[in-house]
Formats: sequence, C-alpha cells, structure tokens
Amino acid sequence: MSPLDLVTALPELLLAGLAMALLMFGVFRGDRATPLVLLLSVMILVILIGLIALGPRGQGVAFDGLFISDFYGDFMKILVLVGSAAAMTMSLRYFETVGVVRFEYPILMLFATLGMMMMISANDLISLYLGLELQSLSLYVVAAIRRDSLRSTEAGLKYFVLGALSSGMLLYGASMIYGFAGTTNFETLADVFAETAAAGHGPSFGIIVGLVFLLSGLAFKVSAVPFHMWTPDVYEGAPTPIAAFFATAPKVAAMALLARIMMGPFIEFVAQWQQIVVVISIASMLLGAFAAIYQTNIKRLMAYSSIGHVGYALVGLAAGTEEGLRGLIVYMSIYVIMNLGAWGCILCMRQKQVMVEGIEDLKGLSKSSPALALALAIFMFSMAGIPPLAGFFGKLYVFLAAIEAELYTLAVVGVLSSVVGAFYYLRIVKLMYFDEPIEAFDTPIGREMTVILTGTSLLIMLFFVMPGPVIRGAAAAASALFAG
Amino acid sequence: MGDFPILTMVTFLPLLGAGIILAFNRGTAEETAAPARYMALWTSLITFLLSLFLWFDFDRGTAEFQFVEQVDWLPTFNITYHMGVDGISVLFVLLSTLLTPLCVICSWSAIQTRVKEYMIAFLVLETLMIGMFCALDFVLFYMFYEAVLIPMFLIIGIWGGPRRVYSAFKFFLYTLTGSVLLLLALLAMYFDAGTTDIPTLLAHHFPRDMQIWLWLALFASFAVKVPMWPVHTWLPDAHVEAPTAGSVILAAVLLKMGGYGFFRFSLPMLPEASEFFTPFIYTLSLVAIVYTSLVALAQEDMKKLIAYSSVAHMGFVTLGAFTGNQQGLEGALFQMLSHGVVSAALFLIVGVIYDRIHTREIANYEGLVERMPAYSLVFMIFMLASVGLPGTGGFVGEFLILVGAFQANTWVALVAASGMVLGAAYMLYLYRRIIFGVLTKESLVSILDMNRREALVFAPLVVLVFWMGIYPMSFLDVMSVSVSNLIENYQSALAAAEATSVANLGLAK
Repeated sequence: MSPLDLVTALPELLLAGLAMALLMFGVFRGDRATPLVLLLSVMILVILIGLIALGPRGQGVAFDGLFISDFYGDFMKILVLVGSAAAMTMSLRYFETVGVVRFEYPILMLFATLGMMMMISANDLISLYLGLELQSLSLYVVAAIRRDSLRSTEAGLKYFVLGALSSGMLLYGASMIYGFAGTTNFETLADVFAETAAAGHGPSFGIIVGLVFLLSGLAFKVSAVPFHMWTPDVYEGAPTPIAAFFATAPKVAAMALLARIMMGPFIEFVAQWQQIVVVISIASMLLGAFAAIYQTNIKRLMAYSSIGHVGYALVGLAAGTEEGLRGLIVYMSIYVIMNLGAWGCILCMRQKQVMVEGIEDLKGLSKSSPALALALAIFMFSMAGIPPLAGFFGKLYVFLAAIEAELYTLAVVGVLSSVVGAFYYLRIVKLMYFDEPIEAFDTPIGREMTVILTGTSLLIMLFFVMPGPVIRGAAAAASALFAG
Repeated sequence: MGDFPILTMVTFLPLLGAGIILAFNRGTAEETAAPARYMALWTSLITFLLSLFLWFDFDRGTAEFQFVEQVDWLPTFNITYHMGVDGISVLFVLLSTLLTPLCVICSWSAIQTRVKEYMIAFLVLETLMIGMFCALDFVLFYMFYEAVLIPMFLIIGIWGGPRRVYSAFKFFLYTLTGSVLLLLALLAMYFDAGTTDIPTLLAHHFPRDMQIWLWLALFASFAVKVPMWPVHTWLPDAHVEAPTAGSVILAAVLLKMGGYGFFRFSLPMLPEASEFFTPFIYTLSLVAIVYTSLVALAQEDMKKLIAYSSVAHMGFVTLGAFTGNQQGLEGALFQMLSHGVVSAALFLIVGVIYDRIHTREIANYEGLVERMPAYSLVFMIFMLASVGLPGTGGFVGEFLILVGAFQANTWVALVAASGMVLGAAYMLYLYRRIIFGVLTKESLVSILDMNRREALVFAPLVVLVFWMGIYPMSFLDVMSVSVSNLIENYQSALAAAEATSVANLGLAK
C-alpha cells in the first residue's frame, strides 16, 4: 500500500471515517441527536459529490489491483450519492411522523452508500463481494428499522433471507471462476479470457457455470426477473423513504457493477452472456408491465415499475457495446431522478398525519393540490417514456444500442411492453386529473420536499432543452470503461 | 426575413403564453378564468399573425426547405434542432395557427371548469402541432409527434363527456402502439443512413428488403393517426367524448399528421416499398370510403356521424397519396386542408347546438331552420362542402384525387366515386333530420340563433371554404413544385430499382 492508494480511494476513506465519527457522536448523544446526525450525513454526502466531481484524485488501480477509480466509477458514484442524499433528506419528516427516531438510521445509510461506492470501484471478485455485503447488511437492518411494525420486520427478514441466498450464489459463482481461471482480479481475468478467445476456444464449462451464478446473484440485486420476487414485498413493507432509497441508489450501484464485470473481463464471452441478459431483460420488461396493472398499492406499483425499468436498462447491457453501456448509463441517470421525484410525491401522501399508500387515495389530486399532481404527472409520463420528458431519452438511447446490435426481437418486445406499461402510469394520471377528490392530503409538504420535487420535476421536464451534459458524461463514462 | 428565426418563434410562442399563464395567473378558479381566456386568445392570435409571414414570404418556385434553422441538439448522436418548411408542410402550419384561436373562442363559454388548465393545454398542443410540421429532423419530429398525446389525453379526459376515461385511454394507447414502432424504424434508419436529418434521409437510398420492414413500421404509426380502416375505432370514441374544441383540433390537425407522415417519410424515403404496398393501401382506403360511409349513415349521434365521415374523407387522402401522379398527390394534400377546414366547421356546428341543448342525439332535434336561420345557412354551406359540391373546397380535393386515381386504376376510381354518392347520402340525411321538419319539441321552442361570438368563429372558415373552392390555385401553387419534385424522385427511384433488378436478372441468366 502506498500513500497514492489512499488518495485514489479518498472519497471512500473519507466516508468511512466520517460515518464512524458520526456513529460515536450518536452513541454519546442518543436518539435526541437524530435530526442533527441526519443533517450531517446529508452534508457529508453532498461534500463527497463535490469532491468526486471537482476534487483532485488519483485515477487508476490501487491496493494491488483490488480497487479502481475511473471516470465511469465517478459518474456512477455521483448518481448513487445523489440518490442517497435525496432519499435521506426526504426521510426526515417521515420518521418524525411515524415516531421512529433512531440515530442509527442515517449512519446505516452512510455505510450502505459506502458499500455501493466500493461495489462500483471493485476491480476484483473479493472486493466486489465485500462492497456488496457491506451494502446488503446495512440495507437488511434499515428495511426492518421500524421493529415494532410487523410489515417492516417481515420486509427486513424476507430481504435478508433472499439476499443471503443470492449472495451465496454470487460467491459460489466467484469461486467457480477463480477455480477455472486461477485469479480473482478483473484485469488478470480479462487477460486470461483474451488468451482463451485468441486461441479460438470458447470459455470452459466451469467458467460458464460461474458466470451464470454470478449473473444470478447480481440479477437479484437489481431485481430482474426471475429474481425479482422480494421487490414488491420489501418495497411495500419497508418504511417509504427507505423504499425510495432501495429503488434508486442500490439499483444504480448493482447495475454499475454488473456492467463493469460483463463489459470488462467477460466482454470476450459476450456471445455467452448476451442470451442470458436478453432473456432476463425481456422477462423483466414484460413482468414489470403486466404485473403492475392490477396493483392497488402505490408502493407495490412502483416496485413492479422498477422491475420494468431494470429490464429497459438491461437492454443496453444486452447490446454488449459501448453504445449499449452509454444507453444504460443515460437510462440509470434519468431513472434515479425520476424515481426520487415519484417517491417524493408518494411521501407527500399523508392524510391527517397518517401515511396512505392506496393509489385510489390519489383521486382528484389535481384539484386539492395541483402542484403535487403536476409533478407526479410529469414523472408518470416520463416513466411511460413519452417525449419530450426525460424518460423518453433514456429509452431512445437503449433501443438505439439494441437496434445497432441487431437485437430486433428485444427492441420490439421492449417498445410494446412500454405501451402496456403506459397504461398503468396513465391510470395514476387519470385518478389525479379525471376523478373527483375524496380527501385532500396534508399541507404543507415541507420545504425540503418542495425543493426536491421542484428540482426533479424541472430536470425531467426540461431535460430536452439541454441534454448535452448528461449524454456527454455518459458517453465519456462508457468510453472510460471500454478503454480500461 | 434573413436570419430571423420565424419558425422557432411561431412554434414556441404558444408555449411561452402557456408558461406565462402558469406562472403569473394565480388565484381561485373564478379569478383565473378570464385572464387565462384573454391570454390564450391573444397568444394564439399573435402566433397566427406571425405565421402569415410564412404565407407571404414563402417562395413558391422552389422545392427546397425554406426558413431553415439548424442548431446542435443531442451530442454523440448527430441530432440537430433542424426546422424548415416546404410546400407540403407550410399550409398545415397555417391551418394549425388559424384553428387554435378559433378553438379558444369557441370554448369561451362552453368551458367553465378549470379554464386555466384548459387554455394551457391548448397552447401547448399548438406548439407541438406546429413543431411537428416544421421539424426537419426525425427525432425532433418524433418528439413533437408523440408529445401531442399528452395534452390531447388530458383534454379528452378532463373536459370530455361521460365515457371520457375510456376514450382517452383508447386514444392514447392506440396511438402510442403505432408510435413506438415508428421509433424503432427511426433508429433503424439512423443506422443505415448515419443521420436522422430529414433532407439527408430524403436523398438516401435504403435497401429494398429493409424498406419493406421500415414501411410497415411507419405504416403502423401513420395508419393509426390518419386513421385508416381497420384501426380507426379510436376516432369515433375520441370525437364523441372530446369537448368541441378538442374534436376540432383532432379532426382538423391531428389526423393530418398521419397523412403528412406518408408524404414526408413513406413516399419519398421508401419509394420501392410504397409502390409494393400501393394495392394494399388502395384496398384499405376503398374499404374506409365505402364501409365507413355506410356506418355513418346508421349513426344516431351527430359527432359520431361526422367522425365516421372523417374516416371516409381521410380514405380519399390515402388513396390520392399513393396514386403516384401530380393530380392524386396534390388532391390528397388539398383534401387534407379542405377537410381540416370543413370538419373543423362541422364539429363547431355540432358544438353550437350542443352548448344550448346538451345532447348530440340526432333524434332530439328537428326543424331548427324555423328558429335558427343563420345557423342553418352555415350548416348548409359546410354540409355541401363536405359532400363535395363544386365551388367549395371539398370538391377540388376529391375531384383531383379521383382524376389521379383514374389514371392509376380505373376500378379504384369507380369505387371511390361511389363513396362520394354515399357521402352525399349521409350528410343530406343528417341535415334533413336536424334542420328540416316541423319544430314541435318543447326543448327547442326557445332555442336562440348564433350569437356574434359564434358567427365570428365561422366567418373565416366560410371565407376559406369558398376561396379554396373558387380559386384553389393560390393553395395549389404553394404545393405544386414540392409535389412534382417528390413525384420526380419517386419515379426515378422506382426506375433505378427496376434497372437494377433487370440487370440482376440479366446477370443471373
């Protein structure tokens, strides 16, 4: 280890140190300090965003190839940090409303975020697993943080059992790969695979088995079909701001990791994994579209919607090209903003100090609170992929890559399932705009909510005016991964 | 006009107006209603006046795109913000800008709930319609083309009739299904040609096999929009439930988007596939003309009757568009314009009595001529224009299409001409039931004739329908160079394809 390694991993080290310091602070001050701890945590995340975006850092690998810092990682980390920071900001009022104020919550969120950053920067199967577990273990606890609530504990337990299973599969896959390739480092793996491919061989059977297990484990983390079963239950059971968090940051991190492995060392075997990803992607899009139709709980609906969105993002991965990766990054960027906004609206669904979750409760929202209804309508149309809203551009770029890679079936299924998906997004718009109100939501929604909702809805609505920065950033991130 | 960005101004001025209403017009629903109405009216009127520059400054002697603007937009994808009009699109821009203020006026007292949102929706809709006809980049076009769904969905769903939810969903999902396939075709074209710039695509030659698939994908989208039989079923529902102004825009402009799509994309970019599918289009168009005319004859609801008549009239448009000769194509374009004026007027006519009696059942009306002479006159003018009486706009379009069809295929022309007879039948039958007879119904005894505001709405349409009928040259002049250029390219592409296939045959031997 050289001092340079510390500079390369500076954001992660800083986050780890500060999170532990906050933990000590919380332990001594008790639950009274929660609002302050939460505020400080958000500030830490914001500082990290600034550090990653502007600060001087070493690029390249560190810690003997366990850790990598590149522009691709930076881009995805910023997305993760934005997701975490916004989700934590939105949670403040919620926990006060339900009367669960625990200082451990923000700290666990920080550790989860740290785990995600590690995942994104993993350059070795071992560090990958460490990051993933740090994230997962924190999330299991956070999902069950309302321990007096049956649903919350059930969600936490379910998430834990299924998550442990998937981690086991992932670990098994990693061990197979190690056994047959003789290394866990991504760069060495890439060399080994390149040699195999250059010699004209396909991958050995053991590598294929390992790859399938690895993919299954990661598909669980991004909640792609057929490993999606936990998603609706966990989203419904977990406290709403935590579900909002689940829907954004961990998805980005897992997707970034998946892309780093598949487009990195395994790019030589694209023919082998492409068919798996295509099937997973088609299944996710279809299930996300059809299963959401009959949902009456908005959190479950959003869970199915996120399964569908993962399917679209995987279309970009399935292409297996730099354009595909660019599409995936654009899609995930827009996805995070869109979801934060939509979950923000869900967090505003309070009647007489009680959270409501039925989609019927949205009836006539355009009359009782027009601004909130407008924001949610923007997010719904955007998720349905209707131009000129941002969601359209996400779909445009992934389908562009799919057509270029000649995955016509995937593209056709994708666009048609987006029509089915449009139906349930429209249903929400219909409830808000075409129906008469029953009972209004509590006002005011709070200053932090107003800021987040205004910010996200403007970003989504006006994306088409200035699409350049995001798309150029995504393109640079994609080429950074492909160059390295 | 030099560098003055006239198209951008015309396109985004309504959006600016909508933004101003949204930002500054605050207060209770009653307080905001009147300012919103005036703001929408002035915005749309200024937009119309501005768009008149296009009419006067348009160079009728060239097929080039005019008033062109181009700015970088989506990086790494080579997509630009590219606007421009030619003889095919410029008149539709004017049609859109003319009808929006009329829609605002006709909704003046008919819309009493959520006036502010209504006016915003209409102004946004205007921006999207104009932008769609001006767009010279396929992605830009697609953006406007599909974004139209959002305001229209809301207009039908919020201010519509009793079955508005069903109709709004049906409208949205039908059109979206077609559109997403168009998107895939667009992406495939991008990879073959390396650009989505429309002028460049117009000069690009796609391989024949690919053309067939692309054509089908484009057809899926445009046929739903036109709408062609058998994917027309969303139209009667949407028309019946939409508020009057919504029906007007739907019939007059939104249906033209499909026809415009055939003219802008299918015919010039995919000539071989277009020729291949011509018999298919003929068949569907003839079914639309004859079958929907018969369906119209059986309708009990006025708006539904006019909606079916729209399908029949648009059948003429698709027929003319694929005849491949000057008369047919010009006729189709002209028919789209005249149908835009006439169907808009017919929906407004229904709106006038609907506002008074609140029913669209034909059986609830009789002998209106006794109480409403001026109304009956206006109704007669547009009824006859719809039938295609010489001297009105409706005649010129249908006549040219029949001349074009006759050159292409005599039998097709024969069947289409029989559709005109049916058209006369259902329109005259409608007119007789509503206007003539003895007025005995209680509800109608005290009905009032048109007021000044309503007369003001019809005045420009009456002038226009006679202008189009008596001196059509002023409109045909605008389009003729562009159309002959299109046909020239179409025929030369077909000849080239013929030559290659003969050459290949020779090689094979």
